[in-house]
Amino acid sequence: MDVILVGLFSLAIIKATPLVYGALCGILGERSGVINIGIEGMMLIGAFMAFMGSALFGKWTGAAFSPNLALIVGLAIGVLSAALVAALHAVLSIHYKIDQVISGTVINLLAAGITDYAANVYIDPSHLSGVGVFPEVPIPLLSQIPILGKIFFSQQPMVYFMFGLVIFLQYAIFNTPWGLRMRSVGEHPSAADTVGINVNRTRYINVILGGALAGLGGAFLVLESVGRFQKLMTAGRGFIALAVMIFGRWTPVGAFLAALLFGFAEALGVRLQFGDINHLYALVVIIAVIVLFVGAVGLIRSWVIRSRSSRSLVVNLSLIGLGALTLIAAKLIQFPDMAIPIEFLGLLPYILTILALTGLVRKAVGPAAIGRPYEKQ
Amino acid sequence: MTTPVLQLENITKHFPGVLANASICFDLLSQEIHAVLGENGAGKTTLMNIVYGLYKPDSGRILVNNEPADIEDPNDALRAGIGMVHQHFKLVPVMTVTENLMLGHEKTRGLPLGMLGRLDRKQVSQEIRSLGERYGLRVDPDATVEDLSVGEAQRVEILKVLYKGADILILDEPTAVLTPQETEELFEIMRALVGQGKSIIFITHKLKEVRAVANRITVLRQGKVVGTTTPDAVNMAELAAMMVGRAVLLTVDRGQSHPKGVVLSVEKLTVPGKSNQPVVNDVSFGVRAGEIYGIAGVQGNGQTELVEAITGLKKSVSGNVKILGKDITNLGPRLLAHAGLAHVPEDRQKHGLVLAFSVEANLVLETYYQQPFSDGWWIHPQEMRKNAKKLVAEFDIRTPSVSIPVSSLSGGNQQKVIIARELSRAIKLLVINQPTRGLDVGSIEFIHKRIIEARDQGVAVLLISVELDEILSLSDRIGVMYNGRMVAEIPASAAKRETLGYYMAGLRVEQSANKNVS
Repeated sequence: MDVILVGLFSLAIIKATPLVYGALCGILGERSGVINIGIEGMMLIGAFMAFMGSALFGKWTGAAFSPNLALIVGLAIGVLSAALVAALHAVLSIHYKIDQVISGTVINLLAAGITDYAANVYIDPSHLSGVGVFPEVPIPLLSQIPILGKIFFSQQPMVYFMFGLVIFLQYAIFNTPWGLRMRSVGEHPSAADTVGINVNRTRYINVILGGALAGLGGAFLVLESVGRFQKLMTAGRGFIALAVMIFGRWTPVGAFLAALLFGFAEALGVRLQFGDINHLYALVVIIAVIVLFVGAVGLIRSWVIRSRSSRSLVVNLSLIGLGALTLIAAKLIQFPDMAIPIEFLGLLPYILTILALTGLVRKAVGPAAIGRPYEKQ
Repeated sequence: MTTPVLQLENITKHFPGVLANASICFDLLSQEIHAVLGENGAGKTTLMNIVYGLYKPDSGRILVNNEPADIEDPNDALRAGIGMVHQHFKLVPVMTVTENLMLGHEKTRGLPLGMLGRLDRKQVSQEIRSLGERYGLRVDPDATVEDLSVGEAQRVEILKVLYKGADILILDEPTAVLTPQETEELFEIMRALVGQGKSIIFITHKLKEVRAVANRITVLRQGKVVGTTTPDAVNMAELAAMMVGRAVLLTVDRGQSHPKGVVLSVEKLTVPGKSNQPVVNDVSFGVRAGEIYGIAGVQGNGQTELVEAITGLKKSVSGNVKILGKDITNLGPRLLAHAGLAHVPEDRQKHGLVLAFSVEANLVLETYYQQPFSDGWWIHPQEMRKNAKKLVAEFDIRTPSVSIPVSSLSGGNQQKVIIARELSRAIKLLVINQPTRGLDVGSIEFIHKRIIEARDQGVAVLLISVELDEILSLSDRIGVMYNGRMVAEIPASAAKRETLGYYMAGLRVEQSANKNVS
């Protein structure tokens, strides 16, 4: 496998990380019955506050501490602020029973307005600058594995944290009392109520926890990507996170895989702008990656989600093999030079996603009581 | 059998504008089945929700085993040994039986991580198996609840209550969703439970069941206790009178029917369901003018889809439907109304009425564009009002005004609005689905009389009901649907509850079924 592909996959993981955090926020909310389309706003607030926290801490303390401490302080402030915004969403939609879609929209508008204004007033005039980004931390031994080590284990700390969180939540949602209660509240709240579970409290906790995760996603954009705050820098990632959540069928591992696909699309878009990749080659790579992805998803589904009706092991393994072979073969073939507009290549994964969502994958069914405030009769 | 395990003293509960429970006293003895009988709105469910901690009483107290019990929420009730099986199952459909039973009191294994410990599914499912064997309640602990039949789901509900350690079981209208055989099985289970030391409060409005299974009966009416008695001391008519407050005709005097020519004929009708599998499969039958054709069956065996196909709400894929020889297959509702079809739908609030519209508007939903209500351009409100006032008087619709939204009427009066609207047109065929679901005895009596009257005026009536008693008391001929097929067709005079029950459960299939009468 060549350097370009490894770089591409590594970048895909980075691009997928904020999407995963956003989707996990959505999963916690929706699994407990609260729609959250305010993920975008929560991420944006998280990003802004993380920047302000780290930049101001760095400025006020001078060079007394390591810049990493300023980054950690910023991270904590970003996460807490996003959790507070989520608390607002929770109060509006659980206590005041406002339509949850409207409450989420309000939060998106509010976040865009506030951060825009605050950036104009506090960042631009003083030319407040960030304190950099978290360093890459290659994991000893694991990062030495050929190909995979470079892709998965030579990343920044928040990427590793995301891996851990996905595995932990996948376990916790389906195998712990906390997860069982959360799902029961999202599926059949009155059943939960009659066995003594406090429906509204469960929803508050999970929506606010979800907000904290969205804050992580926002903070990632600042603290591990660009190192400074740009207006509206989330650029719709909160909404893509919603699609990721649905594509991943409200499961953390599913969302992680879906985010990889979207992340790959974004990474490819970035990479193609360098102009050193043959477009036909890129096209073949996209198709190969999607075949690989479908196989991997099938394999993981039959393991993790304990789905009985999925494709057989042989089919999944041969899909993965086919994808990998195509990737290798594509490297050996000399493609004729042909310019396809970059935007079209970038579109292809999305188009295939739409096809997958509408036809190939069976209908995704969300939690049954989603979007409905709970009222005792 | 003599010590009281539960005593209610002077329980009073107000809701805004209603006195739901007025100073109610009640006691439950050990190993007793005590029936609480009453109409809808008599306060039965409110009382039980108080016992179970879902509501707080305004005054009064609850004693469990002669000790005053402070029941603030369902957890307190469960701790006091009180468990409730709700009328609408409180089970999460996408979870397994085991998960549903452990919910709220989860067992974990491995590290003691509290809410983040690992669920011990194996242990709990074993406990469920042995509990089920002890009480004769067999279910597969690993089955997903949405795959269970209604009877099985109810067994899970009872198991859930037992699993949580309840000694006092409250069963809220448990037979509403069961076939006669399943009901009989439930009664067996109830007797077995009592034999093993449990005590049961059995809430119902069905007189027959009370007499079949209860040791004592307490009758509630308008939030008050009318009296407590035993099944031997009263007959059905006396019980009904206690329940309603006046003498009631329990069986409709349906007189003699005089069937004439075929009005509705359905031939080899097949209707696809959600997953394109036929939910109505090759069904043929006919209904003649001046007769009531009843379709019996457990809910969900294709009756709903059959009615929707006949009334133009759903498309069939093969076969045809004719009214008076005219092919009306897959025509829309308005054309069907012109052909003389009247439809009283199953879900009165969803398909029968526009809840936000006034009573008078709901009474002209099918005729608003015709004379005299409209001249083609404008609607004439004064004609609408005149029509409404006439029908309100004629059909005894209790409403303070004809201009208030129909949503503020009681269920019985809402149903009367629909029936008034449908019967006030010139019709040939009346399709009436679950005409009395959830209604009180008084309204049921009235609606049954109207159905008989329509028949006597020469209307062909197709009656669909999950209440077997309703089918038996009104129909001239009875068809039974099971699994999308018409498995039997029996003249009412030859129909017995037991036989129908077997057909409804799919245990028997008549050879001559699916034969068209014409």
